[in-house]
Amino acid sequence: MSQSAAASGPVPVPSRDQPPASVYGPWAWLRANLFSSWWSTALSLLLGYLILRGAWGFFSWGILHAVWTVPDGANGPDTAACQAVKGVGACWAVVEEKFRFIIFGRYPYESQWRPALCVAIFIGLYIISSMRRFWRLKLLYIWIAALIVIGVLMWGGILGMEYVPQDSWGGLPITLILSTFGLAFAFPLAVAVALGRRSTKLPAVKMLCVLYVELIRGVPLISLLFMASVMFPLFMPEGVNIDKLLRAQIAFILFAGAYLAEVVRGGLQSLPKGQGEAADALGLPYWQKTGFIILPQALRMVIPPLVNTFIGFFKDTSLVLIIGIMDLLTAGKTALAEPVWQAYSAEVYILLAVIYFCFCYSMSRYSRNLERLLSRNRNR
Amino acid sequence: MQLRWSDPTFRAVFWQVVVVGIVVAIVWYLVSNTNRNLAARRIATGFGFLSRTAGIPIGEHLISYDPAVNTYGRAMIIGVLNTLQVSIVGIILATILGTLIGIGRLSKNWLVARVTAIYVETLRDIPVLLQLLFWYTLLQALPAPRNSFNLFGHIYANIRGLRMSTLVIEEAHLWALLAFGFGIIGTGLWGRYAAQKQAETGIRPKTWPVALGLLIALPAIVWAALGAPFKLDQPVLRGFNFSGGLLISPEYVALTLGLVVYTSSYIAEIVRSGIQSVPRGQWEAANALGLRGGTVMRRVILPQALRVIIPPMTSQYLNLTKNSSLAVAIGFQDIVSIANTTLNQTGQAIEGIAIIMAVYLTISLSISLFMNWYNARIALVER
Amino acid sequence: MSATAEMIAPGHNSGETPAIVLDKVNKWYGTMHVLRDVTMTIAQKEKVVICGPSGSGKSTTIRCINRLESHQEGRILVDGTELTDDTRSLDTIRREVGMVFQSFNLFPHLTILDNLTLAPIWVRKMPKAEAEELAMGYLKRVKIPEQAKKFPGQLSGGQQQRVAIARALCMKPKIMLFDEPTSALDPEMIKEVLDVMIELAESGMTMVCVTHEMGFARQVADRVVFMDRGEIVESGAPTRMFEDPQTDRLKLFLSQILRGH
Repeated sequence: MSQSAAASGPVPVPSRDQPPASVYGPWAWLRANLFSSWWSTALSLLLGYLILRGAWGFFSWGILHAVWTVPDGANGPDTAACQAVKGVGACWAVVEEKFRFIIFGRYPYESQWRPALCVAIFIGLYIISSMRRFWRLKLLYIWIAALIVIGVLMWGGILGMEYVPQDSWGGLPITLILSTFGLAFAFPLAVAVALGRRSTKLPAVKMLCVLYVELIRGVPLISLLFMASVMFPLFMPEGVNIDKLLRAQIAFILFAGAYLAEVVRGGLQSLPKGQGEAADALGLPYWQKTGFIILPQALRMVIPPLVNTFIGFFKDTSLVLIIGIMDLLTAGKTALAEPVWQAYSAEVYILLAVIYFCFCYSMSRYSRNLERLLSRNRNR
Repeated sequence: MQLRWSDPTFRAVFWQVVVVGIVVAIVWYLVSNTNRNLAARRIATGFGFLSRTAGIPIGEHLISYDPAVNTYGRAMIIGVLNTLQVSIVGIILATILGTLIGIGRLSKNWLVARVTAIYVETLRDIPVLLQLLFWYTLLQALPAPRNSFNLFGHIYANIRGLRMSTLVIEEAHLWALLAFGFGIIGTGLWGRYAAQKQAETGIRPKTWPVALGLLIALPAIVWAALGAPFKLDQPVLRGFNFSGGLLISPEYVALTLGLVVYTSSYIAEIVRSGIQSVPRGQWEAANALGLRGGTVMRRVILPQALRVIIPPMTSQYLNLTKNSSLAVAIGFQDIVSIANTTLNQTGQAIEGIAIIMAVYLTISLSISLFMNWYNARIALVER
Repeated sequence: MSATAEMIAPGHNSGETPAIVLDKVNKWYGTMHVLRDVTMTIAQKEKVVICGPSGSGKSTTIRCINRLESHQEGRILVDGTELTDDTRSLDTIRREVGMVFQSFNLFPHLTILDNLTLAPIWVRKMPKAEAEELAMGYLKRVKIPEQAKKFPGQLSGGQQQRVAIARALCMKPKIMLFDEPTSALDPEMIKEVLDVMIELAESGMTMVCVTHEMGFARQVADRVVFMDRGEIVESGAPTRMFEDPQTDRLKLFLSQILRGH
């Protein structure tokens, strides 16, 4: 069995980097992905048909036959053009007319640059917090500074800006304020509660933390908002009036604190015990061990679920519709209360959906990328 | 324990006393303020109002209710029943829809995978309240009863709601139902017998012909034998509206649809990640042994996937139940809506909100207890 | 096929149906050509070790044999039956071919005994008592009968891999495929698994092993096949391959793995 002809091995087979068309290429892709079995073919055809019909329908309603503006009549906007195309074309005129109201609520028209600037600062704050090179203590100072600046801008009263009371605030800034301030103040509360819940030496504190978390997580947010709007005035001594927005904010902080506490607790639990043991062996007292060793690592691990929880809060701020605070959703609904625009709720809701979607989708993309990055680094 | 700061037990007791003391002090402060304010505004306390006549009109009630006669207490119970009804129906439908979409996300068909991915991503990024309002607006755009959408003459959809023909229940139907119940038991027993036969001989007798016979043929025979009554209470258009048949209000439909669609997107993700959490090696090993698709799913993949799926799934069920409280925004009368009306009428805010919280806490604690029991039972045994 | 005569090692009957035939098998991942004209014939009761650097396609080759991966060009015949997408021929082939994986892939929610009896009950339709007797027999053969009622999570790596071998054997396959069976094990557990494989080889099983364990290859293999970049570069008797490599690529590979020892 001589292999003399193969003294230096058989002739290497040349690499065929162009696989035959039955294997790779557009036809092969179509066959494998869309038409691999007759059931799959049927689904592809059905879905394809539905998607095309839906896309054409939306294009025709939303763009082709849509009315973009209406002229001003004697008693306000003259929506005859919109009524004429009802059902066939969208009336984006309602967006054009009501856009500033939906975004800024009843904020004085000339000063609306201030809430607009606040929105920009919020977005900037989110972006900076998302970049890993800012994950140090100075991020805390940036947050404090930003929140103070936002407060000053919204209230005014100094630096030549007229004073605007909270009742006039509304729209997107309210949504951002409720969710961001809620997260900011709830976070230390959540860390404290999570640590308290894991404490073995202080059973009374542990029980209080458990009660708090289970109570808040067991009831709907609406009941907490009702409590805030109806019961908080009863809790206060005579003459002390807490503003409605502040009441809702406190309710959000309490609500967020319980959910964030669970997330932080998950992070503390998944930290290897060895970290705490090493710190103990070094003789670090409790607060130093927790502050320098345990918390930084645990918090870093739970940033993706933290972001997901924040996305939830951002959407939940819409519930203040029910207690009458003018957030983005309420502003939209109020804009529709005008008889002239009452029939065009779909258009306004679509606008609101797009705004919420932009915020939430970017945050959720970020959290997913981060999760992938973190797990890759950890598995290395 | 020594009364010195260096003694850890002493420190522990000290800190606990301090923390509990602060909490108690705050609570006492709030309570005393509240009492003073309630007295000043002449608001009653206690639950006596529950036995007063309600006067709240309620559109949908599972048990009989007359606003002029029944009490607030009865109205509350109806509210709880409405909440439970929406939640249970919503949970069942959301699970079915969510599971289908979750499986679709893993499909080899590119179009199905993309469409379901877009479905999930979009619905999760829009607030549920906005979605509910959107569905309600859509339902409000349905035509007047005179021009209803008509399905086979038995289902009518219009702005007043959904009207369906219902079967007039007679004795024969009840007997048939009983036969169906026996059929279920019988099918269960046959399943046990089939497993036993398989253990003995290796061949498993077919279950589906027996199931078909017991669950369908048997009740049908009973019904036919008792005269086969089949009278329908059909909706009939009288003037401007229908009468007869079953009416499902647009509020109920909007609430259920909105909750089902929203929750299904979360359930789809849970199902998808549960199935994906089972390592590919499990599929490969099972296939290499010669096991076929259905058996691999039932015996190898699903038991492992369900362990990962069920905990977050129950927390989504809880979310759906809590989200049903948003009914107050679209006018469906669940417990929150009725309690809200009550506390507006009686001024007794604290009792009203306490009732709402108690109801939801009971539901969520039951679900939590079940979860803990289930997790302990199926935990994988490890070193 | 004049190449057949070279491809069957001496001492084997070239008249009976070969256990496995690969004929110009080609496979692509996208545009990556991962198997190039792989041609190989394995006789009944022959033991073949496939070695090569990572990415050479050795795992892909044996995974094509029981259709865990599918080839795009060429033919694969197992025990005379051609491997296609037809499910019935696939079922027959998978019953005759057993596989042991690098990561064991035991079913964690079933006991060891249930892991072994699952396939005999559901595929070969065996009664439960008979399947359990068969399973215990194989557990004794891999020397861990006392673990029958435990769960995989409670066993060590070496024990789990031995259970995996017993599980594959319960289907009474004619051919056993091993995909780097000891690569995921701690060093002290490698010997116990190799012992089981050696005993299996001596009892006459047809085996195709992808492994780096050269000692095992020397002791048990009839033939060693060296693959690199998707093609078979050299093959022959183990002693000849290790002591007298003909090609530069094999020489390079041997110097790299032997340096580690």
